[in-house]
Amino acid sequence: MPGPVKLSCRHLWKVYGPDPARFFAREGAAPDALAAEMRAAGHIPAAIDVGFDVHVGETFVIMGLSGSGKSTVIRCLSRLIEPEAGQVLLDGQDLLAKSDRDLIEIRRHKMGMVFQNFGLLPHLTVIENISFPLRLQGLSAAEQRDRAAHVIDLVGLKGREQSYPGQLSGGQQQRVGIARSLAVEPELWFLDEPFSALDPLIRRQMQDEFLRIQRVLKKSIVFITHDFLEALRIADRMAIMRDGRVVQIGTPEELILNPADDYVAQFTGEVPRIKILRAHQCAVFMANRPDNLPRIAPEDRIEGLMSKLAASSAGLDVVDSGGAYLGTVTAASLVGTLGRVEGTSPSRVAHG
Amino acid sequence: MARKTDGRTLLIWCLVLASVLVLALLQPRVPDLKAYPSAWTLPVVDWLNIGMDWVVGVFKPVFRALSAVMDYPLVWTSAFLGWLPWSVGTVIAVMIGYRAGGWPLATFTLGTLVYILLMGLWPETMNSLALVAVSVPLAVALGFGLGVWGFQSPRAERLLTPLMDITQTVPAFAYLLPILILFGFGPVVGLIAGIIFAFPPMVKNTIVGLREVPADIIESGLMSGATRWQLFFLVRCRAGLRQILLGVNQTTMAALNMIIVASIIGGSEDIGWRVLSTLRKAEFGESLVAGIVIALMAMVLDRITHGLATRAPDMSPPQGFVGRHRFALAVLGMAVLVHLATLALPALRSWPAAWTFDPAGPLNTGIEAFVLWAKPVLDAVKNFIIFTLVLPLKIGLLNVVGPFTWGFTATVWHAAAYAALVAVGAGYALSRGRAGLAVAIASLGLIMFFGLTNLTWPGATLLLIWFGYRSGGTRLALWTAAAVAFMLLTGSYEKAVLSVQLCGLAVLASFLIGTGLGIAAAESDGFSRILRPINDTLQTMPVFVLLIPVIMIFKIGEFSALLAIIAYAVVAPIRYAEYGLRNVPKDVIEAATSMGATRSQLLWRVKVPLAMPNIMLGLNQAIMFGISMLVITALVGTDELGQVIYIGLSKGNFGIGFLAGIAMAVIALLADQFCRAWQRRIDAKLEGAA
Repeated sequence: MPGPVKLSCRHLWKVYGPDPARFFAREGAAPDALAAEMRAAGHIPAAIDVGFDVHVGETFVIMGLSGSGKSTVIRCLSRLIEPEAGQVLLDGQDLLAKSDRDLIEIRRHKMGMVFQNFGLLPHLTVIENISFPLRLQGLSAAEQRDRAAHVIDLVGLKGREQSYPGQLSGGQQQRVGIARSLAVEPELWFLDEPFSALDPLIRRQMQDEFLRIQRVLKKSIVFITHDFLEALRIADRMAIMRDGRVVQIGTPEELILNPADDYVAQFTGEVPRIKILRAHQCAVFMANRPDNLPRIAPEDRIEGLMSKLAASSAGLDVVDSGGAYLGTVTAASLVGTLGRVEGTSPSRVAHG
Repeated sequence: MARKTDGRTLLIWCLVLASVLVLALLQPRVPDLKAYPSAWTLPVVDWLNIGMDWVVGVFKPVFRALSAVMDYPLVWTSAFLGWLPWSVGTVIAVMIGYRAGGWPLATFTLGTLVYILLMGLWPETMNSLALVAVSVPLAVALGFGLGVWGFQSPRAERLLTPLMDITQTVPAFAYLLPILILFGFGPVVGLIAGIIFAFPPMVKNTIVGLREVPADIIESGLMSGATRWQLFFLVRCRAGLRQILLGVNQTTMAALNMIIVASIIGGSEDIGWRVLSTLRKAEFGESLVAGIVIALMAMVLDRITHGLATRAPDMSPPQGFVGRHRFALAVLGMAVLVHLATLALPALRSWPAAWTFDPAGPLNTGIEAFVLWAKPVLDAVKNFIIFTLVLPLKIGLLNVVGPFTWGFTATVWHAAAYAALVAVGAGYALSRGRAGLAVAIASLGLIMFFGLTNLTWPGATLLLIWFGYRSGGTRLALWTAAAVAFMLLTGSYEKAVLSVQLCGLAVLASFLIGTGLGIAAAESDGFSRILRPINDTLQTMPVFVLLIPVIMIFKIGEFSALLAIIAYAVVAPIRYAEYGLRNVPKDVIEAATSMGATRSQLLWRVKVPLAMPNIMLGLNQAIMFGISMLVITALVGTDELGQVIYIGLSKGNFGIGFLAGIAMAVIALLADQFCRAWQRRIDAKLEGAA
């Protein structure tokens, strides 16, 4: 169940060019038509009418290829760049209307951000980098130390406090970046392609680490990536962007099973269906079945049930939280579902 | 030539060269052709003097007040360094040397100071150091402030860039005089000149350092909740600090260089004055001894500031006040300790005269004996170069060849044979399709025959403008026309030609020698290792010092000037050629090697063409270095703009000196434009081929 909305982005536009303001003088133009008009006039619309909500405790991933506008959007959310139009509501208050002073306060206490190339200060040690935001706030040395020590533990950097960024591997540097962004105990956590600069193996490891930290902290997260599989692993919900527009928003399953268009389907088509199918989607109702079959929850991923299924050849009962019987997953039903959904996109697949 | 020379262009080339030839032949009959009629010049010198009188009349009190203010720190610093016992100063300097570069630099610093003490030049060195110690912080503060301004406002940067180009291309001697007039006599002049000459590198490095901080770091600072000031000082300045400190290093070297040059005014008993005054009295031993002090001092200052700029951070930085400041505390402690020791041992306070040692006498004898012994060879070399290159370029083979120089009297037949030789050379080049080379041979043949001074001003103007048009289109042709018009209208043309002749020859020689050495260094790591310290030394050496050995051996004259310019300008082509060759992409070299290229094919067909943009940058730099050295060589008796500046300075005639200074800057800027035009063509060629 999604919690209340933490961050809401509405009709956000970022346009580069000599005079972007003039396009917003009149109301009610269709976004696509307006964007076409801008391009014709030599302007570059980098974010076009972008809108989505991020709920409390949710990991919201924006996925897109380079040039799709995803980095522009996250920078508008944090106001590292100023959007031309739209709203960014944090706890219902419009961030775009905040004064510089208020914005600094919000960044000091409510936001944390992790950068693709880490953005560490080369002349500061690990611990100095991590406590840098605290130092900017003017906290006492003791308080800085305590809070920094806490996040250093959290990201597993104990023992490297006195190293300089240049002495660390890429993965370790990004741990510093993560620790620094968490040192202010933000409610809202932005991650801009945090693992894209890392080797594939390290990337995988850092994703696990990220998931572990998120299980503990339950932040509201906006996570940018160009890697669809990464998005799949960590997203609660995700948006796919193309040429400045949001093409589709949904859970990974929704995107894979119901891609909005061929573009989304190009990404989802590559994904093995078994990675995303859940128990209830593969279950069939069986009137005559053995008693005492092992029970599983409807949201359990099929990928993780293989060994259980192998041990129980008669099948697994899918039972909801109230104890009601929803159906049974058997080897036959699983193969049947897979056969139905694998390689079928972009045609729509109904839920089991 | 990068562009194909078509038939029509070739025809115009022929016409241009023919008219130059005709004009040069007419010139003995029409005196106005040789020398630009003085009736057609503008009295710019008078205007400049009137303007300066007005400025002095209005602003003199302001400048004098400024001068008085600047005098304070200088007097105090001088007094402090004069009071400082040598033992304390040595301990502090050696500890800083250790901090900046470990034991090697500490040892080098100690060696330098011991040499200074042994030679009995400690007081003079301290006087020069006081000027450096006051001018560098002021230049750094000024440069940093302007750099921040230029970083924040593109308009400011557009304003600053030409300003800095001018302060660095107008020869230092030329603005010594206005400073002298405005600020009054005394060491303050050296101080101000040092600041003016030394702040531009600080501005440039500050702008680059601040600008090149990665966006990620700035954004992370913003997201950490930095205010504007916190972002600037705690994030941007700190992240760009290394580059900014390299600016401090360059500023220090420039200030030292200028302070040594400014000692020409006299008034302070510093080490530059010592070199100059002994040089004037032909006491070569003494000036060599003092010149070595300057060279060593420059190297120590360079190594220390460079070392401090690029020092790696401590692996485990200590905590707490004492820990963080342990170096400063240690230096302070040692200084106090040694100072206490001087109270007991007076020899530690002022270096006893009995411990000094003056090698000047034997040195002088040795130098004289050497020069006497080598005279036949040295004279032969000198005469050969003067009679075959320097003089022909100046007054033409026509006037040079005679019984005393070439051993025979020139006849019409000789001239005909020469013309035939040039024609055959150009024709052969043309038959091989090398039209550009043919044009070059013909032009050079013409110039060497008549000499630059006899080329007639309309002829030379025509040739230069057409060459400008061929090199860089209409824009460069207009540039050239404007520059030549400036020379003619201000009456600077004649001296400008002599400047171009001397400097051009020196630059060409240093470009050829330097590029050759650079190529050799790129091909051989061992040679590169030998060459590098020599380059570093030549580059950090204040220009003054280079004059000493040259005058010692070849005496005063144009040839000595030539050698001094070459020695100073040769470093840039070496560096750029080596850098360019070593940075040719690996995969291109591997591809060529796999095709079976021999080493020399690889070098001449692959590496050198690809390194051409860098080699051309070397030429550009050699021209700039050559022109700045040209002014200094006025001290050894040349007959060009540098000498005019020098005369203006010694006569106290602002207009004469300053006009010549501007003329020199015009030459430098025009040469720069030509280099850029050639650079663009080479780039276009490489890009077009890629």
